[in-house]
Formats: sequence, structure tokens, C-alpha cells
Amino acid sequence: MAAINSEEINQLSKRLRQEQRSLLLRRVRSSYGLLIGGVLLLFIIALALLGPLLSPYNLTGMTVINRFLAPSGTHWLGTDEFGRDLLTRIIYGAQVSMGVGLAVALISSALGLVIGIYSAYYKALDHILMRICDGLIAIPGILLAIALMAALGASVWNVIIALTIVFTPGIARVVRSTALVVREQTYIEAMHAQGASDTRIIWRHIVPNTLSPLLVQATFVFAEAIISEAALSFLGAGVPVDVPSWGSILQAGKLVIYKAWWVAVFPGIMIILSVLSLNLLGDGLRDLLDPRVKQKVKRLWSRK
Amino acid sequence: MFAYIIKRLLSAIPVLIIVSIAIFSIIHLTPGKPAATILGMEASQEEIDALNQEMGYNLPIYEQYWNWVSHAVRGDLGDSIFMRQTVGEAIAGHIGPTLSLALVAQIIAILMAIPFGIIAAYKRGSLADVTLSGIALAGMAVPSFMLGLILMLVVGVELRWLPNSGYQPLSSGLTEHLKYLILPGISLGMIQAALITRMTRSSMLEVLSLNFIKTARSKGLRETTVLLKHAFRNAFLPILTVIGQTFGTLITGAVVVETIFTIPGLGQLILNSIDRRDFPVIQGIVLVVTLIYVGLNLLVDLLYGIIDPRVRLDRK
Repeated sequence: MAAINSEEINQLSKRLRQEQRSLLLRRVRSSYGLLIGGVLLLFIIALALLGPLLSPYNLTGMTVINRFLAPSGTHWLGTDEFGRDLLTRIIYGAQVSMGVGLAVALISSALGLVIGIYSAYYKALDHILMRICDGLIAIPGILLAIALMAALGASVWNVIIALTIVFTPGIARVVRSTALVVREQTYIEAMHAQGASDTRIIWRHIVPNTLSPLLVQATFVFAEAIISEAALSFLGAGVPVDVPSWGSILQAGKLVIYKAWWVAVFPGIMIILSVLSLNLLGDGLRDLLDPRVKQKVKRLWSRK
Repeated sequence: MFAYIIKRLLSAIPVLIIVSIAIFSIIHLTPGKPAATILGMEASQEEIDALNQEMGYNLPIYEQYWNWVSHAVRGDLGDSIFMRQTVGEAIAGHIGPTLSLALVAQIIAILMAIPFGIIAAYKRGSLADVTLSGIALAGMAVPSFMLGLILMLVVGVELRWLPNSGYQPLSSGLTEHLKYLILPGISLGMIQAALITRMTRSSMLEVLSLNFIKTARSKGLRETTVLLKHAFRNAFLPILTVIGQTFGTLITGAVVVETIFTIPGLGQLILNSIDRRDFPVIQGIVLVVTLIYVGLNLLVDLLYGIIDPRVRLDRK
């Protein structure tokens, strides 16, 4: 066998990386859903972060004369019952709604990852943790969240806690099912034979392989958390009334819907756009990260 | 078959135990002692002691759980703190509208989704397919309460075709009953319809590519006969599963939609109970709805096992 020098190996691996990258780029470009979802999501995040700097109105500035102004050049989305600029409230609401969604997605992913991985790795833990997850999944999500909010009291953090309790078990299940497959791979067995510690095997070798399905699942949880926060706040069991979130603005809009439709409709549109963008992103990521799924989905959806 | 049923029934027991512990624990998540939280700031120590005595909040926690669960198993969910009735009575008085609404929503969803799904599958790749699939995708992003508000505004207030809120019980006539449930039913059923459309489409596509469809066509049967009698019948099983498994979500969703259309169902009861911190009622509602949810899933699983013998063998 001819010896290959390190220079050649370097070049080869460089070429391989380049090829992989261009393949990835091609696949991103070919997935319209992913692109549209990603751009829309970036736009909403930019609105939440930069909007407050651009808006000429402040959040709480009330002018009684300006009550219920219809959308116009000065107030693009109109004003509410206190004469507050609706666009400004929706921008600040984006911070709360998207913030809650993101926090729930991140925290429940982190918890779900740990629970899922350790359940998959340790049989004894599996029985206990998965039974708990099964039980929590069996309780309808929004009802569990309502009951938790009733006990915890209205606050942004409590919404995050309640929704994290609702969504963590589902993520743990996804992570566990992936990790179970990874655990049975030969290279994990090889790691054992080499005497690697459990911690090393779990965190260096199993966790990285569960990250793609976790990412996809986290995107869907992000979307569901936005809807759930909106539903909770809409029912008056979410964020406190004085905190603007899309759900709480919508709730205020419900009361005045016959007088000023815009107060309810615009935050609703924001909810729909953000959820749609996340769903498109999630679908796109799933296809991108797992080509097998893409083929399967293609077969199901466009069988010729 | 018998062994499968027993096994499936037994597997629900640990789930129910965890469910009961979770629901029981809710009240103990309140900051401070339950009795003080329920009675609020103005309550005197005597009142708090009396409530502790009455509800047993001063007993050891495992004893409280045992008392609650052993009564619940016998159908006794305790007494409401603020209403002069038991939790069971309160729920019985409010569950009718919720179930009615969920059922109407389910029927509306099925009536829309199955034809849409069949058309989308039959005309795959066409404009109709792209449009219907697009609507189905968008439909999953529209929250029921948003759709409800828009329908209420457009159909109820502007067009005045249907009542925009309120409820009439079945005893005042079926037409009257349904009239009040159509708008809430559409709001609630939309996401369900989107889900069933997607399922119908993919299930029909699978079946339409099979050989027996070619045989049916080459026999010279009419397309509608091939589609409905041959293809749809075979594509129906997965669709039925989705319909059954998601009926539970409709009941929960009804809780949200009810509040928009002021329907006196479980949603209204649970929200009023939150305002009054009537925890026994809140726990009771969550427990009852969860039981319906778990029960329905069990039923669907069992039916699936009966209809399709492969399911039974798979799980052995």
C-alpha cells in the first residue's frame, strides 16, 4: 500500500469539506419552505429587537383623544382603547411572545436532552423517567398549563415554567428514541471496550448524534409555545394584563372587537406569521438534516 | 386478541397513576399554603384553619393524596369550595356544551377534510392540490381563538348569518342547538381539518398507486367508483386513527373556543374557578378531560387491533 503523506490527506479532507458545504448550500437553496420560513422568522426577530428603537411612540404613552384611531399614516396599525400606538405594542409584544417561545424551546430542549439521553443509556432510569413523561404527555397540554398557571400565578416566568413542564416530556421522548438507536451502534461498543467512561460516551458520542432531531423538535416546540402563550394570555391565565404580549393584546382586542377590529386582528396576524415561519423552518430543517425523511415525505406527498 | 386487550388496558395504569400524582400536586405548587392562597389576603387565621380542617390540607401529603385518589376512583372528586355543589355536579353541568362543540367541530372537520384530501390526492400536482395543501399548511398556523374572533366579526356581526355568541341546549331543538355551534365548530375544527386533509391525501396517494386500483380501472369501472369504493375504503384506516386520536385535543381546544363565543362549558367553568382559586374544581376538570383523552386513545388502539390483526402481532 502506497504511503499517503499528510499534505495529501489535508488536501483531500479540505476538498471533501468544500463539497459537503456546497451540497448543503444547494439543499438549502432547493428548499423554499426553509428559506421563506427563515427569512420571515429573521424579520420578526429583527422587528422585536430593533422595533423599539425605530418607533416614535413609547409603550405606555396614553392619549385619550387618540382612542380607537383606525390604521393610518401616523398610526400604521391604529390605536387601542387608551390611545396607545398598536404597532408599538405589537413590537414590544413580539419581545414577550417570541421571548417566551424561545425560552420554552431552549429550556425544554436542554431538560429533554438530559432526560432523554440518560433514559436511553440507563435502563433503570428509563422505566421511571419515561413513565413520568407518559403521564405528563397524557394530560392535555393547554389544560395542564392552565392549571399550573392557576397555582403559580400570572407572570412571564411562570408562563415559561408552565409551558416548559408541558413540552419537556415530548422532547425527552424524541431524544430518547434517537439515542436508543445510537447506543446500539458498533462504535459505542468499541468505546466501551476501550474503557471510555459513561459520561464521555454520552456527551462526546451520543449527544452530538441526537442534536438534529432535537433541533427540529425544538423549532416545533417554539411554534407551539407561541400559540400556547397566546392562548393562555388570551384566556387571562398567562402574562399579567399590563405586560404586552400578542395574546394579551388580542384579549384586549376581543373586548373592543365591534368598535376596533384592528386591535385583535394585527396581533393575531403576527401569531400566525411567526407560527407559520417556524413550521416551515421545522419542516425544512427536517428534510435538510435527514435526507431519508425527505425521500419518504416526497414519496408520500408527490407519488407519481 | 384477549391478551392484547388486557395488555393494553394494564399499560394505562402506570400512566394514570402519574397523571393523578401530577394533578394532585398542582395545588401544592402554589406559593404559600393552599388554604391561605385559596382564601386570599383578607382571610383570618380561623378561616384558614377551618378550611385546612375541611379540606384536610394539614394532613401529611401522602395521606392527602391517598384521600383524594381513593375518592376519585369511586367517582367522588370532592366539593367545590365556592359553589354549593360537588365537583362532579359542577362538571356534569358544564360538560355537555363542551362535548357538543367538540363533536360538531369534528364533523365539520371531517366533512371538509376528506373531500379536500381525496381531491388533492387524485389531482396531485395540480393547482387544486397545491392550493388545498397550502391551505392545510396555513390552517395549522391559525390559532382557533383568532379564527373564532374573525368569524364572529365577519359572519356574526357584519353578515348576520349566524348568532355571534351564546348557546342553546339540545332540548331547545337540534337546529337551534346547531345554529349556535357552527361558528365555534369551524374555529375549533380548522386545525383538525388541516390535519385530516394531509392524512387523507397521503393515505390516498399510497393506495392509488397499488395494483388493485389499476385492475379496477381496467375493468372499466367509473372513476368515482374506483376512488370512493376501492381506494378510499382502503385508505380509511389511518384516517380513522387520526380522527380518533385527535378527538381529545378537540375537547381541550373547546375550552379555549368556548370563552370567545360565551358557551357555558368546561372552559368557562375552569376560568371562573381560576379566578376564585377553586382548586378542587380545576383538578377535577383536568382529571376528567385527561381520562376522556386516555380512554379515547385506548379505544382507538383497541379498535385498530381488531380491524388490523398485524397491530396485535407487532406489539407482542
